[in-house]
Amino acid sequence: MSFNIREYFDELSKGDVVIAYKGSITSDLINDVLEAVEKKLEEVNEEAKTRKKIYNVLVESLQNLYHHIEETHEGIEEDLDPKFGVLVITRIGTEYSVNTGNFINSSKIKYLKEKIDKINSLNKDELKDMYKFILNHQKLSAKGGGGLGLVDIARKTGSKLNYSFYNYNDHYYFFNLEIRI
Amino acid sequence: MEPILIEGTPKTPSVKYDPEKGVIEIKGRSIPENSIEFYKPLVDWLDDYSKSPKQKTLVNVQLEYFNTSSSKCILDVFKKLETIHKSNHDVQINWYYEEDDEDMLEAGEDYESIIRVPFKMIEIVD
Repeated sequence: MSFNIREYFDELSKGDVVIAYKGSITSDLINDVLEAVEKKLEEVNEEAKTRKKIYNVLVESLQNLYHHIEETHEGIEEDLDPKFGVLVITRIGTEYSVNTGNFINSSKIKYLKEKIDKINSLNKDELKDMYKFILNHQKLSAKGGGGLGLVDIARKTGSKLNYSFYNYNDHYYFFNLEIRI
Repeated sequence: MEPILIEGTPKTPSVKYDPEKGVIEIKGRSIPENSIEFYKPLVDWLDDYSKSPKQKTLVNVQLEYFNTSSSKCILDVFKKLETIHKSNHDVQINWYYEEDDEDMLEAGEDYESIIRVPFKMIEIVD
């Protein structure tokens, strides 16, 4: 059976949802999400430390989407907003699960998969070294991306990056990234 | 040289550069999607300032959050300060972090290990 966005989104949004969004990932949307989540976490009196970590993860993962998302989607028949992406945050027990989803060109999978596997193989000190190396040696892209987002997320949360690639059509996969905090 | 005075926004910090006193202050949140636009004028200003800096330059950085896009630009700011320090002028960076915010303390220590300028880590206790 082929991948279906609605089913995927419904499945993710089961349980104790903090926020669930699918649509265009724009700068304004990022502002709104950050504000809404911050408010929500304050309402439930979440610990300052956890709030900050979630905020950091949200900023990096949403801005990763913003920088890397495909503008249009060739050969995708569904009626989707431009710069389409998904964000779902749920509470699972004492943890938060932050999921982002976006289409990715099949040609980019290998690079992304290797990068995540590499990050997942490193311990705390190795992540720190990797972060400092990239910080000091790589230039920012024209869009302002620095290749540091995933390293930073792994470092601050201390958890592995869980990912899936779902085949969509000849050109695209749908990439889901889950971060536990 | 003209001072710089920038009000903070939800995504960018407030900035005060006072060339007369030799005091530089960056405060608040720094999470713009593209940080180059915001930081380039600040780095350029320091480039000018480094031609005839005060004998002592005091730098106060008090960030609640910053994203990885900003982290490189902040490094560029610090590299300019390092140049000033190398030219036999005093430079002191005060890195403020909120109580128990180990991530922000660690971020300061990362910079301290890369940049050859004296850092002071200061915990803000409520």
